[in-house]
Amino acid sequence: MSDLTWILLSALLINNFTLTLFLGLCPFFGVTSKTETALRLGTANVFVMVITSTSVWFLNRFILANAPYLRIISFIIVIASLVQIVEMAIKKLSPTLFRALGIYLPLITTNCAIFGLAIFQTNRGYDLWQGLAFAVGAGLGLTLALALMASIRERLDLADVPSAAQGFGLSLIIASCLALAFMGFAGLGAG
Amino acid sequence: MSDQVPATFDDFLRGVWRENPVVVQMLGLCPTLAVTNSVANGLAMAMATAFVLLGSNLLVSSLKKWIPHEVRITSYVLIIATFVTIADMLLEAAVPVVHKQLGPFVALIVVNCIILGRAEAFASRQSVKRSLLDALGTAAGFTLVLVLLSAVRELLGTGALLGIDLLGPRFEPWVIMVLPPGGFLTLGVVMLVLGWHAKRSTGRANGEGAA
Repeated sequence: MSDLTWILLSALLINNFTLTLFLGLCPFFGVTSKTETALRLGTANVFVMVITSTSVWFLNRFILANAPYLRIISFIIVIASLVQIVEMAIKKLSPTLFRALGIYLPLITTNCAIFGLAIFQTNRGYDLWQGLAFAVGAGLGLTLALALMASIRERLDLADVPSAAQGFGLSLIIASCLALAFMGFAGLGAG
Repeated sequence: MSDQVPATFDDFLRGVWRENPVVVQMLGLCPTLAVTNSVANGLAMAMATAFVLLGSNLLVSSLKKWIPHEVRITSYVLIIATFVTIADMLLEAAVPVVHKQLGPFVALIVVNCIILGRAEAFASRQSVKRSLLDALGTAAGFTLVLVLLSAVRELLGTGALLGIDLLGPRFEPWVIMVLPPGGFLTLGVVMLVLGWHAKRSTGRANGEGAA
């Protein structure tokens, strides 16, 4: 398997951002009551991750090489402002896309999955293409986790669960089962 | 209960229990689940977060007159990011082993919603003294949950606490508890118990008996 495919697959399944690395848990528990919303949020996430990955590569390559101590500060500022600019551009150029991504675009800027992506990419020293593969994989992985969770919770609304178990506790137990299932992918690399 | 407690002390107490950042407000879940696979990691994370929280609440509340309203969130994020950088470097210099174990999650304190939440909801409006008490209380509440979760997970997952073997050689470790699913499961069980408890106490208060 080629290097890029491997990075993408690893971020998508084996080291799924939400279910194995616990990143992006706020949307995972917050906006997974409908599958459609979850998918839209996932799409917006892939989008922001690609932007993040590109800008982080640029920062690391050309600006932060001599000042690694400015990493955290500059990442968060650059990512937040860049997403704002892109949001304005999309609003102007493609109102349809803007409506599809909706309010999620600004919301996910400070999502830990985005920042986690930037930090992981830096720590692993990915180049531009590896970073992009990583971003797409991580974004799709997040989308997958969100969609899975949302489709389970849609069914759960109709289920008869004890009143004390309704809500967050039950969602966590379901997440635990999902994470357990995703652990099965860990053998993917060995085989 | 809060009626008898003086207001200043209540600032502290509120964060510990009634408005506990994790189990009541459900903020900061990412570090809560990710680093609680051993008590040492959980404690280090709690200490680092407490440091950032105290620093950001202190600076935000003392600078509140000078931070323009329009750019306040950006300013808070900058303040937080500065303290996170300091914490990251301190941990790397003082306890390199723990720093390596926590990995990127130290840097991720910057996106911990607890800290930005306290800055925006409390420190930006209150005096320095009250903000510090609030930070201490929130940090204590966060530490409480982190230590509780990591103690359960480490004990069941390895049979040891802080690396000291407690359950003896005949105990078969539930390895799954120190892996990701165990994190979700432990917090899930805690939430279920709390939900059951809340249900019971409201049921009693309404005179319906235990639910």
